[in-house]
Amino acid sequence: MLILECPYCGVKAEETELSPGGEAHLKRFGPGSTDEEFEAYMFARKNPKGVHFERWRHAYGCGKWFLAARCTATLEVFGTYPAQVSAPPQALQDKIKAKRPDWKGFQ
Amino acid sequence: MTAQARPSKRYSVFALAKEALSWHMGWEKAWASPEPKKSYDAVIVGAGGHGLATAYYLGKNHGITNVAVIEKGWLGGGNTGRNTTIIRSNYLQDPSAAIYEKARSLYETLSQDLNYNVMFSPRGLLMLGQTHHEVRGYLRTVHANKIQGVETEWISPQKVKELVPIINIDGPRYPILGALYQARGGTARHDAVAWGYARACSAMGMDIIQQCEVKGVTSAGGVVTGIETTKGYIQTKKLGIVVAGHSGQVADMAGFRLPVEAVALQALVSEPIKPCMDVVVMANTVHGYMSQSDKGEMVIGGGTDGFNNFTQRGSFHHIEETLRALIETFPMISRLKMLRQWGGIVDMTGDRSPIISKTPLGNCFMNCGWGTGGFKAIPGSGWAMAELMAKGEPGPLAEEFSMWRFKEGRFIDESVAAGVAH
Repeated sequence: MLILECPYCGVKAEETELSPGGEAHLKRFGPGSTDEEFEAYMFARKNPKGVHFERWRHAYGCGKWFLAARCTATLEVFGTYPAQVSAPPQALQDKIKAKRPDWKGFQ
Repeated sequence: MTAQARPSKRYSVFALAKEALSWHMGWEKAWASPEPKKSYDAVIVGAGGHGLATAYYLGKNHGITNVAVIEKGWLGGGNTGRNTTIIRSNYLQDPSAAIYEKARSLYETLSQDLNYNVMFSPRGLLMLGQTHHEVRGYLRTVHANKIQGVETEWISPQKVKELVPIINIDGPRYPILGALYQARGGTARHDAVAWGYARACSAMGMDIIQQCEVKGVTSAGGVVTGIETTKGYIQTKKLGIVVAGHSGQVADMAGFRLPVEAVALQALVSEPIKPCMDVVVMANTVHGYMSQSDKGEMVIGGGTDGFNNFTQRGSFHHIEETLRALIETFPMISRLKMLRQWGGIVDMTGDRSPIISKTPLGNCFMNCGWGTGGFKAIPGSGWAMAELMAKGEPGPLAEEFSMWRFKEGRFIDESVAAGVAH
Protein backbone atom coordinates (compact mmCIF):
# COMPACT_ATOMS: atom_id res chain seq x y z
CA MET A 1 0.00 0.00 0.00
CA LEU A 2 1.34 3.39 -0.99
CA ILE A 3 1.94 5.98 1.70
CA LEU A 4 2.38 9.57 0.51
CA GLU A 5 2.97 12.58 2.71
CA CYS A 6 0.64 15.45 1.87
CA PRO A 7 2.92 18.49 1.45
CA TYR A 8 0.17 20.87 2.62
CA CYS A 9 -1.10 19.29 5.82
CA GLY A 10 1.90 17.08 6.54
CA VAL A 11 -0.24 13.98 7.01
CA LYS A 12 1.33 10.69 5.99
CA ALA A 13 -1.67 9.48 4.08
CA GLU A 14 -2.17 5.93 2.88
CA GLU A 15 -3.65 5.21 -0.48
CA THR A 16 -7.31 4.96 0.51
CA GLU A 17 -7.17 8.58 1.61
CA LEU A 18 -5.89 9.74 -1.78
CA SER A 19 -7.02 9.76 -5.40
CA PRO A 20 -4.51 9.34 -8.19
CA GLY A 21 -4.58 11.93 -10.98
CA GLY A 22 -2.14 10.74 -13.62
CA GLU A 23 1.05 12.24 -15.02
CA ALA A 24 2.18 15.60 -13.63
CA HIS A 25 3.73 18.62 -15.36
CA LEU A 26 1.74 18.20 -18.57
CA LYS A 27 2.05 21.10 -20.96
CA ARG A 28 -1.45 22.08 -21.95
CA PHE A 29 -2.43 22.78 -25.55
CA GLY A 30 -5.73 24.19 -26.71
CA PRO A 31 -7.11 26.22 -29.60
CA GLY A 32 -4.40 27.24 -32.09
CA SER A 33 -2.12 24.30 -31.40
CA THR A 34 -1.27 21.65 -33.99
CA ASP A 35 -3.03 18.28 -34.10
CA GLU A 36 0.17 16.57 -32.90
CA GLU A 37 0.51 18.87 -29.90
CA PHE A 38 -3.11 18.44 -28.95
CA GLU A 39 -2.96 14.66 -29.32
CA ALA A 40 0.21 14.52 -27.23
CA TYR A 41 -1.39 16.64 -24.52
CA MET A 42 -4.55 14.53 -24.49
CA PHE A 43 -3.20 11.00 -24.88
CA ALA A 44 0.58 10.56 -25.13
CA ARG A 45 1.87 9.87 -21.65
CA LYS A 46 5.47 9.12 -20.76
CA ASN A 47 4.43 5.90 -18.97
CA PRO A 48 7.99 5.18 -17.79
CA LYS A 49 9.07 1.98 -16.11
CA GLY A 50 10.94 3.78 -13.38
CA VAL A 51 10.80 7.37 -12.12
CA HIS A 52 7.35 8.89 -12.61
CA PHE A 53 6.05 12.30 -11.59
CA GLU A 54 2.36 12.24 -10.92
CA ARG A 55 -0.62 14.08 -9.48
CA TRP A 56 -2.45 13.01 -6.37
CA ARG A 57 -5.33 14.57 -4.45
CA HIS A 58 -5.59 14.34 -0.70
CA ALA A 59 -9.26 13.49 -1.23
CA TYR A 60 -10.21 12.46 2.31
CA GLY A 61 -7.93 15.04 3.94
CA CYS A 62 -7.32 18.64 2.99
CA GLY A 63 -8.72 18.01 -0.51
CA LYS A 64 -5.80 19.64 -2.30
CA TRP A 65 -3.84 18.44 -5.32
CA PHE A 66 -0.15 17.73 -4.81
CA LEU A 67 2.60 16.05 -6.83
CA ALA A 68 4.69 12.98 -6.10
CA ALA A 69 7.78 11.29 -7.49
CA ARG A 70 7.47 7.52 -7.47
CA CYS A 71 9.13 4.52 -9.09
CA THR A 72 6.61 2.53 -11.14
CA ALA A 73 8.90 -0.52 -11.17
CA THR A 74 9.28 -0.82 -7.38
CA LEU A 75 6.53 1.47 -5.97
CA GLU A 76 9.22 3.36 -4.01
CA VAL A 77 8.12 6.90 -3.23
CA PHE A 78 10.91 9.47 -3.58
CA GLY A 79 8.99 12.44 -2.25
CA THR A 80 6.01 14.75 -2.60
CA TYR A 81 5.76 18.47 -3.28
CA PRO A 82 3.14 21.19 -3.75
CA ALA A 83 1.49 21.41 -7.17
CA GLN A 84 2.23 25.09 -7.89
CA VAL A 85 5.47 24.38 -9.80
CA SER A 86 6.30 23.57 -13.41
CA ALA A 87 9.19 21.20 -12.56
CA PRO A 88 10.07 19.01 -9.58
CA PRO A 89 12.20 20.76 -6.90
CA GLN A 90 15.95 20.44 -7.53
CA ALA A 91 16.57 18.81 -4.14
CA LEU A 92 14.11 16.04 -5.02
CA GLN A 93 15.66 15.57 -8.46
CA ASP A 94 19.10 15.23 -6.80
CA LYS A 95 17.72 12.70 -4.35
CA ILE A 96 16.26 10.62 -7.18
CA LYS A 97 19.50 10.86 -9.17
CA ALA A 98 21.44 9.56 -6.14
CA LYS A 99 19.09 6.59 -5.82
CA ARG A 100 18.70 5.91 -9.57
CA PRO A 101 22.04 6.82 -11.22
CA ASP A 102 20.82 5.72 -14.66
CA TRP A 103 17.75 7.98 -14.52
CA LYS A 104 17.82 10.34 -17.51
CA GLY A 105 16.54 13.27 -15.48
CA PHE A 106 13.33 15.29 -15.61
CA GLN A 107 12.28 16.06 -19.20
CA MET B 1 22.06 -25.27 -31.93
CA THR B 2 19.87 -27.80 -30.23
CA ALA B 3 17.55 -29.37 -32.74
CA GLN B 4 14.46 -30.44 -30.87
CA ALA B 5 11.68 -32.56 -32.18
CA ARG B 6 8.53 -30.70 -33.08
CA PRO B 7 5.13 -32.02 -31.99
CA SER B 8 3.74 -34.36 -34.64
CA LYS B 9 1.27 -36.63 -32.87
CA ARG B 10 -2.44 -35.93 -32.85
CA TYR B 11 -4.22 -35.95 -29.51
CA SER B 12 -7.21 -38.29 -29.60
CA VAL B 13 -8.83 -41.06 -27.62
CA PHE B 14 -6.96 -43.55 -29.82
CA ALA B 15 -3.64 -41.86 -29.11
CA LEU B 16 -4.46 -42.03 -25.40
CA ALA B 17 -5.18 -45.76 -25.64
CA LYS B 18 -2.03 -46.35 -27.67
CA GLU B 19 0.18 -44.42 -25.26
CA ALA B 20 -1.38 -46.25 -22.31
CA LEU B 21 0.16 -49.45 -23.66
CA SER B 22 3.64 -47.95 -23.24
CA TRP B 23 2.96 -46.43 -19.79
CA HIS B 24 2.48 -42.96 -21.30
CA MET B 25 6.21 -42.63 -21.84
CA GLY B 26 5.86 -41.79 -25.53
CA TRP B 27 4.22 -38.36 -25.34
CA GLU B 28 6.20 -35.59 -27.02
CA LYS B 29 6.87 -32.13 -25.69
CA ALA B 30 4.01 -29.89 -26.71
CA TRP B 31 6.38 -27.46 -28.41
CA ALA B 32 10.07 -27.33 -29.29
CA SER B 33 12.38 -24.77 -27.66
CA PRO B 34 15.03 -24.10 -30.31
CA GLU B 35 17.76 -21.50 -30.38
CA PRO B 36 16.93 -18.56 -32.66
CA LYS B 37 17.89 -18.73 -36.34
CA LYS B 38 19.73 -15.80 -37.95
CA SER B 39 16.71 -14.52 -39.80
CA TYR B 40 12.97 -14.93 -40.18
CA ASP B 41 10.22 -13.70 -42.47
CA ALA B 42 8.36 -12.44 -39.41
CA VAL B 43 9.22 -12.05 -35.74
CA ILE B 44 6.57 -11.57 -33.09
CA VAL B 45 7.62 -10.15 -29.74
CA GLY B 46 5.55 -11.61 -26.91
CA ALA B 47 4.46 -15.24 -26.55
CA GLY B 48 1.22 -14.58 -24.78
CA GLY B 49 -2.14 -15.51 -26.22
CA HIS B 50 -2.26 -12.59 -28.67
CA GLY B 51 1.30 -13.11 -29.94
CA LEU B 52 0.91 -16.87 -30.37
CA ALA B 53 -2.50 -16.46 -32.03
CA THR B 54 -0.94 -13.95 -34.44
CA ALA B 55 1.77 -16.46 -35.33
CA TYR B 56 -0.76 -19.27 -35.69
CA TYR B 57 -3.01 -17.36 -38.12
CA LEU B 58 0.03 -16.08 -40.04
CA GLY B 59 0.75 -19.72 -40.77
CA LYS B 60 -2.77 -21.01 -41.10
CA ASN B 61 -4.42 -18.18 -43.04
CA HIS B 62 -1.46 -16.68 -44.90
CA GLY B 63 1.04 -19.52 -45.29
CA ILE B 64 3.87 -17.67 -43.55
CA THR B 65 5.64 -20.19 -41.31
CA ASN B 66 9.23 -18.93 -41.15
CA VAL B 67 8.25 -17.15 -37.94
CA ALA B 68 9.77 -16.71 -34.50
CA VAL B 69 7.87 -15.77 -31.36
CA ILE B 70 10.19 -14.16 -28.82
CA GLU B 71 9.29 -14.18 -25.13
CA LYS B 72 11.07 -12.41 -22.27
CA GLY B 73 9.71 -14.69 -19.56
CA TRP B 74 7.86 -17.89 -20.16
CA LEU B 75 5.06 -18.67 -22.56
CA GLY B 76 1.68 -17.42 -21.36
CA GLY B 77 3.21 -16.13 -18.11
CA GLY B 78 1.92 -12.59 -18.43
CA ASN B 79 -1.68 -11.49 -18.63
CA THR B 80 -2.70 -14.65 -20.52
CA GLY B 81 -2.22 -16.58 -17.27
CA ARG B 82 -3.45 -13.78 -15.03
CA ASN B 83 -7.00 -13.04 -16.11
CA THR B 84 -10.44 -14.27 -15.09
CA THR B 85 -10.93 -16.16 -18.41
CA ILE B 86 -14.21 -14.48 -19.32
CA ILE B 87 -15.30 -14.59 -22.97
CA ARG B 88 -18.06 -12.33 -24.28
CA SER B 89 -18.77 -10.04 -27.22
CA ASN B 90 -21.67 -7.87 -26.03
CA TYR B 91 -19.97 -4.59 -26.93
CA LEU B 92 -21.71 -1.40 -27.93
CA GLN B 93 -19.43 -0.01 -30.63
CA ASP B 94 -19.46 -1.74 -34.03
CA PRO B 95 -15.68 -2.27 -34.43
CA SER B 96 -15.45 -3.79 -30.93
CA ALA B 97 -18.47 -6.04 -31.43
CA ALA B 98 -17.00 -7.24 -34.74
CA ILE B 99 -13.60 -8.26 -33.39
CA TYR B 100 -14.82 -9.66 -30.06
CA GLU B 101 -17.59 -11.62 -31.81
CA LYS B 102 -15.03 -12.98 -34.28
CA ALA B 103 -12.93 -14.06 -31.32
CA ARG B 104 -15.88 -15.62 -29.50
CA SER B 105 -16.93 -17.55 -32.58
CA LEU B 106 -13.35 -18.80 -33.11
CA TYR B 107 -13.29 -19.93 -29.46
CA GLU B 108 -16.27 -22.19 -30.17
CA THR B 109 -14.21 -24.46 -32.41
CA LEU B 110 -10.74 -23.64 -31.11
CA SER B 111 -10.23 -26.99 -29.37
CA GLN B 112 -10.95 -28.86 -32.61
CA ASP B 113 -8.96 -26.37 -34.67
CA LEU B 114 -5.85 -26.62 -32.47
CA ASN B 115 -6.36 -30.27 -31.52
CA TYR B 116 -5.90 -29.08 -27.93
CA ASN B 117 -8.63 -28.88 -25.32
CA VAL B 118 -8.99 -25.22 -24.36
CA MET B 119 -12.03 -26.12 -22.24
CA PHE B 120 -14.23 -23.45 -23.78
CA SER B 121 -17.39 -23.40 -21.74
CA PRO B 122 -20.18 -21.26 -23.24
CA ARG B 123 -22.04 -21.23 -19.94
CA GLY B 124 -23.74 -17.88 -20.42
CA LEU B 125 -22.82 -14.46 -19.12
CA LEU B 126 -24.89 -11.86 -17.27
CA MET B 127 -24.11 -8.20 -16.89
CA LEU B 128 -26.33 -6.96 -14.10
CA GLY B 129 -28.31 -3.76 -14.43
CA GLN B 130 -28.31 -2.19 -10.97
CA THR B 131 -29.19 1.44 -11.68
CA HIS B 132 -31.71 2.91 -14.11
CA HIS B 133 -28.84 4.51 -15.98
CA GLU B 134 -27.17 1.14 -16.39
CA VAL B 135 -30.46 -0.48 -17.51
CA ARG B 136 -30.85 2.12 -20.26
CA GLY B 137 -27.24 1.61 -21.30
CA TYR B 138 -27.65 -2.15 -21.58
CA LEU B 139 -30.96 -1.90 -23.43
CA ARG B 140 -29.09 0.22 -25.95
CA THR B 141 -26.36 -2.43 -26.13
CA VAL B 142 -28.97 -5.16 -26.74
CA HIS B 143 -30.35 -3.17 -29.70
CA ALA B 144 -26.85 -2.46 -31.01
CA ASN B 145 -25.95 -6.14 -30.69
CA LYS B 146 -29.06 -7.10 -32.67
CA ILE B 147 -27.86 -4.94 -35.56
CA GLN B 148 -24.29 -6.24 -35.22
CA GLY B 149 -25.43 -9.87 -35.28
CA VAL B 150 -24.33 -10.55 -31.70
CA GLU B 151 -26.89 -12.64 -29.88
CA THR B 152 -27.80 -10.97 -26.57
CA GLU B 153 -31.01 -10.28 -24.71
CA TRP B 154 -32.33 -8.28 -21.79
CA ILE B 155 -33.73 -10.48 -19.02
CA SER B 156 -35.86 -9.77 -15.95
CA PRO B 157 -34.70 -9.97 -12.32
CA GLN B 158 -36.75 -13.16 -11.92
CA LYS B 159 -34.93 -14.77 -14.82
CA VAL B 160 -31.62 -13.63 -13.28
CA LYS B 161 -32.59 -15.37 -10.02
CA GLU B 162 -33.50 -18.48 -12.00
CA LEU B 163 -30.11 -18.57 -13.69
CA VAL B 164 -28.17 -17.61 -10.55
CA PRO B 165 -29.93 -18.99 -7.47
CA ILE B 166 -27.25 -17.65 -5.11
CA ILE B 167 -27.80 -14.03 -6.15
CA ASN B 168 -29.54 -11.46 -3.97
CA ILE B 169 -31.83 -9.53 -6.33
CA ASP B 170 -33.26 -7.08 -3.79
CA GLY B 171 -30.09 -5.81 -2.18
CA PRO B 172 -30.35 -2.67 -0.06
CA ARG B 173 -28.17 -0.40 -2.16
CA TYR B 174 -28.33 -1.74 -5.69
CA PRO B 175 -31.22 -4.15 -6.34
CA ILE B 176 -30.99 -6.17 -9.56
CA LEU B 177 -33.20 -4.54 -12.19
CA GLY B 178 -32.42 -7.05 -14.91
CA ALA B 179 -29.42 -8.18 -16.87
CA LEU B 180 -27.79 -8.12 -20.26
CA TYR B 181 -27.55 -11.82 -21.05
CA GLN B 182 -25.24 -13.38 -23.59
CA ALA B 183 -26.03 -17.09 -23.59
CA ARG B 184 -23.02 -17.88 -25.79
CA GLY B 185 -20.53 -16.09 -23.55
CA GLY B 186 -18.55 -18.05 -21.01
CA THR B 187 -15.04 -19.02 -20.02
CA ALA B 188 -12.08 -21.07 -21.28
CA ARG B 189 -8.91 -22.45 -19.74
CA HIS B 190 -6.50 -19.52 -20.17
CA ASP B 191 -3.21 -21.47 -20.04
CA ALA B 192 -4.53 -24.03 -22.49
CA VAL B 193 -5.24 -21.30 -25.03
CA ALA B 194 -1.57 -20.26 -24.97
CA TRP B 195 -0.33 -23.84 -24.88
CA GLY B 196 -2.62 -24.96 -27.69
CA TYR B 197 -1.56 -22.11 -29.98
CA ALA B 198 2.10 -22.71 -29.08
CA ARG B 199 1.86 -26.40 -29.93
CA ALA B 200 0.14 -25.69 -33.25
CA CYS B 201 2.74 -23.00 -34.12
CA SER B 202 5.61 -25.31 -33.25
CA ALA B 203 4.09 -28.08 -35.37
CA MET B 204 3.99 -25.67 -38.34
CA GLY B 205 7.74 -25.15 -37.97
CA MET B 206 7.69 -21.83 -36.11
CA ASP B 207 10.26 -21.15 -33.39
CA ILE B 208 9.03 -20.21 -29.92
CA ILE B 209 11.98 -18.73 -28.07
CA GLN B 210 11.44 -18.22 -24.35
CA GLN B 211 13.63 -16.31 -21.90
CA CYS B 212 14.83 -14.08 -24.69
CA GLU B 213 14.38 -10.38 -24.04
CA VAL B 214 14.27 -7.76 -26.78
CA LYS B 215 16.90 -5.09 -26.18
CA GLY B 216 16.60 -3.01 -29.33
CA VAL B 217 14.97 -2.66 -32.73
CA THR B 218 17.13 -1.94 -35.77
CA SER B 219 15.96 -0.27 -38.96
CA ALA B 220 17.29 1.04 -42.26
CA GLY B 221 15.60 3.75 -44.30
CA GLY B 222 12.58 3.79 -42.01
CA VAL B 223 11.96 0.04 -42.36
CA VAL B 224 12.58 -2.51 -39.65
CA THR B 225 15.54 -4.86 -40.22
CA GLY B 226 15.81 -6.86 -37.03
CA ILE B 227 15.92 -6.98 -33.26
CA GLU B 228 18.68 -7.14 -30.69
CA THR B 229 17.91 -9.74 -28.04
CA THR B 230 19.60 -11.38 -25.08
CA LYS B 231 20.14 -14.37 -27.40
CA GLY B 232 21.78 -12.31 -30.11
CA TYR B 233 20.72 -10.36 -33.19
CA ILE B 234 17.78 -11.68 -35.19
CA GLN B 235 17.05 -10.39 -38.69
CA THR B 236 13.46 -10.07 -39.78
CA LYS B 237 11.45 -8.69 -42.67
CA LYS B 238 8.44 -7.98 -40.48
CA LEU B 239 8.07 -7.29 -36.79
CA GLY B 240 4.93 -7.62 -34.68
CA ILE B 241 4.99 -6.15 -31.17
CA VAL B 242 2.41 -7.87 -28.96
CA VAL B 243 3.63 -7.30 -25.41
CA ALA B 244 0.69 -5.81 -23.47
CA GLY B 245 2.05 -4.11 -20.33
CA HIS B 246 5.46 -3.29 -21.79
CA SER B 247 4.18 -2.02 -25.16
CA GLY B 248 5.40 1.49 -24.44
CA GLN B 249 8.90 0.24 -23.64
CA VAL B 250 9.24 -1.83 -26.83
CA ALA B 251 7.69 0.98 -28.90
CA ASP B 252 10.38 3.25 -27.44
CA MET B 253 13.04 0.93 -28.87
CA ALA B 254 11.30 1.12 -32.25
CA GLY B 255 11.35 4.91 -31.98
CA PHE B 256 7.74 5.93 -31.49
CA ARG B 257 5.42 6.72 -28.64
CA LEU B 258 2.12 5.04 -27.87
CA PRO B 259 -0.98 6.47 -26.22
CA VAL B 260 -0.93 3.79 -23.51
CA GLU B 261 -0.38 3.71 -19.78
CA ALA B 262 0.42 0.63 -17.71
CA VAL B 263 -1.64 -0.09 -14.60
CA ALA B 264 -2.17 -3.12 -12.39
CA LEU B 265 -5.32 -5.21 -12.56
CA GLN B 266 -5.91 -7.83 -9.89
CA ALA B 267 -7.91 -10.99 -9.61
CA LEU B 268 -8.35 -13.61 -6.93
CA VAL B 269 -9.83 -17.04 -6.29
CA SER B 270 -11.53 -18.51 -3.26
CA GLU B 271 -11.11 -21.92 -1.73
CA PRO B 272 -12.89 -24.55 -3.84
CA ILE B 273 -16.54 -25.16 -2.98
CA LYS B 274 -19.33 -27.33 -4.38
CA PRO B 275 -20.81 -26.16 -7.70
CA CYS B 276 -23.11 -23.22 -6.94
CA MET B 277 -23.05 -20.95 -10.00
CA ASP B 278 -22.88 -22.12 -13.62
CA VAL B 279 -22.86 -18.74 -15.35
CA VAL B 280 -20.53 -15.74 -15.34
CA VAL B 281 -21.91 -12.70 -13.50
CA MET B 282 -20.58 -9.18 -13.93
CA ALA B 283 -21.78 -6.40 -11.66
CA ASN B 284 -20.37 -3.23 -13.11
CA THR B 285 -22.06 -0.65 -10.92
CA VAL B 286 -20.58 -2.08 -7.74
CA HIS B 287 -17.61 -3.30 -9.75
CA GLY B 288 -16.94 -6.97 -9.36
CA TYR B 289 -17.35 -10.07 -11.44
CA MET B 290 -17.40 -13.72 -10.55
CA SER B 291 -17.57 -17.18 -12.05
CA GLN B 292 -16.88 -20.65 -10.72
CA SER B 293 -13.96 -22.63 -12.07
CA ASP B 294 -14.16 -26.33 -12.83
CA LYS B 295 -12.15 -26.92 -9.67
CA GLY B 296 -14.86 -25.17 -7.64
CA GLU B 297 -12.99 -21.96 -6.86
CA MET B 298 -14.90 -18.71 -7.20
CA VAL B 299 -12.86 -16.64 -9.69
CA ILE B 300 -13.20 -12.96 -8.87
CA GLY B 301 -12.10 -9.80 -10.59
CA GLY B 302 -12.61 -6.09 -10.15
CA GLY B 303 -11.28 -2.79 -11.42
CA THR B 304 -7.78 -1.55 -12.08
CA ASP B 305 -5.66 0.49 -9.74
CA GLY B 306 -5.58 4.16 -10.55
CA PHE B 307 -1.85 4.74 -10.85
CA ASN B 308 0.95 3.70 -13.23
CA ASN B 309 2.49 0.46 -12.09
CA PHE B 310 4.75 -2.24 -13.54
CA THR B 311 5.07 -4.46 -10.46
CA GLN B 312 2.33 -7.05 -11.14
CA ARG B 313 0.93 -6.42 -7.69
CA GLY B 314 -1.89 -4.09 -6.84
CA SER B 315 -3.43 -2.28 -3.91
CA PHE B 316 -5.15 -4.27 -1.22
CA HIS B 317 -8.04 -1.86 -0.87
CA HIS B 318 -9.18 -2.67 -4.42
CA ILE B 319 -9.60 -6.31 -3.44
CA GLU B 320 -11.54 -5.16 -0.41
CA GLU B 321 -13.83 -3.00 -2.56
CA THR B 322 -14.42 -5.80 -5.05
CA LEU B 323 -15.29 -8.30 -2.33
CA ARG B 324 -17.53 -5.83 -0.52
CA ALA B 325 -19.48 -5.40 -3.75
CA LEU B 326 -19.74 -9.12 -4.38
CA ILE B 327 -20.80 -9.98 -0.83
CA GLU B 328 -23.68 -7.56 -1.23
CA THR B 329 -24.65 -9.29 -4.49
CA PHE B 330 -23.95 -12.86 -3.29
CA PRO B 331 -24.42 -12.88 0.50
CA MET B 332 -23.53 -16.58 0.78
CA ILE B 333 -19.90 -15.99 -0.17
CA SER B 334 -19.29 -13.78 2.88
CA ARG B 335 -17.40 -16.46 4.81
CA LEU B 336 -15.44 -17.87 1.88
CA LYS B 337 -11.69 -17.83 2.35
CA MET B 338 -9.70 -16.34 -0.46
CA LEU B 339 -6.96 -18.64 -1.65
CA ARG B 340 -4.79 -16.72 -4.07
CA GLN B 341 -4.53 -13.22 -5.44
CA TRP B 342 -2.44 -11.96 -8.33
CA GLY B 343 -1.96 -8.93 -10.53
CA GLY B 344 -1.17 -8.29 -14.15
CA ILE B 345 0.06 -5.17 -15.91
CA VAL B 346 -2.47 -3.98 -18.46
CA ASP B 347 -1.89 -1.33 -21.10
CA MET B 348 -4.73 1.16 -21.17
CA THR B 349 -5.46 3.47 -24.09
CA GLY B 350 -7.37 6.72 -23.91
CA ASP B 351 -10.60 5.22 -25.26
CA ARG B 352 -10.08 1.80 -23.61
CA SER B 353 -10.04 0.10 -27.01
CA PRO B 354 -7.07 -1.78 -28.45
CA ILE B 355 -4.55 -0.75 -31.08
CA ILE B 356 -3.91 -3.08 -34.04
CA SER B 357 -1.98 -0.86 -36.32
CA LYS B 358 0.83 -0.02 -38.67
CA THR B 359 3.41 2.20 -36.96
CA PRO B 360 5.69 5.07 -37.99
CA LEU B 361 8.36 2.39 -38.59
CA GLY B 362 7.91 0.45 -41.83
CA ASN B 363 7.00 -3.26 -41.56
CA CYS B 364 6.67 -2.89 -37.80
CA PHE B 365 3.20 -3.58 -36.48
CA MET B 366 1.65 -3.03 -33.09
CA ASN B 367 -1.01 -4.98 -31.25
CA CYS B 368 -1.62 -3.57 -27.78
CA GLY B 369 -3.99 -1.61 -25.59
CA TRP B 370 -6.29 -4.53 -24.76
CA GLY B 371 -6.37 -3.15 -21.26
CA THR B 372 -8.56 -5.19 -18.97
CA GLY B 373 -10.30 -7.22 -21.68
CA GLY B 374 -7.69 -9.04 -23.68
CA PHE B 375 -8.25 -12.73 -23.00
CA LYS B 376 -11.66 -12.91 -24.67
CA ALA B 377 -10.21 -11.33 -27.81
CA ILE B 378 -7.21 -13.61 -28.34
CA PRO B 379 -8.34 -15.52 -31.47
CA GLY B 380 -9.88 -12.45 -33.14
CA SER B 381 -6.91 -10.28 -32.29
CA GLY B 382 -4.50 -12.86 -33.69
CA TRP B 383 -6.64 -13.20 -36.81
CA ALA B 384 -6.68 -9.43 -37.43
CA MET B 385 -3.00 -8.93 -36.56
CA ALA B 386 -1.92 -11.80 -38.83
CA GLU B 387 -3.84 -10.24 -41.73
CA LEU B 388 -2.21 -6.87 -41.02
CA MET B 389 1.29 -8.38 -40.88
CA ALA B 390 0.84 -10.59 -43.94
CA LYS B 391 -0.68 -7.93 -46.21
CA GLY B 392 0.94 -4.86 -44.70
CA GLU B 393 -2.49 -3.21 -44.57
CA PRO B 394 -5.25 -3.72 -42.01
CA GLY B 395 -8.23 -5.86 -42.95
CA PRO B 396 -11.83 -5.08 -42.00
CA LEU B 397 -11.40 -6.25 -38.39
CA ALA B 398 -8.35 -4.10 -37.66
CA GLU B 399 -8.82 -0.96 -39.72
CA GLU B 400 -10.73 1.01 -37.07
CA PHE B 401 -8.11 0.21 -34.42
CA SER B 402 -5.32 2.32 -35.92
CA MET B 403 -3.02 4.12 -33.47
CA TRP B 404 -3.70 7.39 -35.35
CA ARG B 405 -7.35 7.44 -34.32
CA PHE B 406 -6.40 9.52 -31.27
CA LYS B 407 -5.03 12.28 -33.46
CA GLU B 408 -7.97 12.04 -35.85
CA GLY B 409 -10.56 11.96 -33.09
CA ARG B 410 -12.12 8.67 -34.23
CA PHE B 411 -12.37 7.00 -30.86
CA ILE B 412 -13.92 3.61 -30.29
CA ASP B 413 -15.21 4.77 -27.00
CA GLU B 414 -15.75 1.66 -24.93
CA SER B 415 -14.79 3.49 -21.75
CA VAL B 416 -18.09 5.30 -22.02
CA ALA B 417 -19.95 2.34 -23.53
CA ALA B 418 -18.85 -0.16 -20.92
CA GLY B 419 -18.91 2.33 -18.08
CA VAL B 420 -16.08 0.42 -16.45
CA ALA B 421 -13.04 -1.62 -17.20
CA HIS B 422 -14.09 -4.34 -19.61
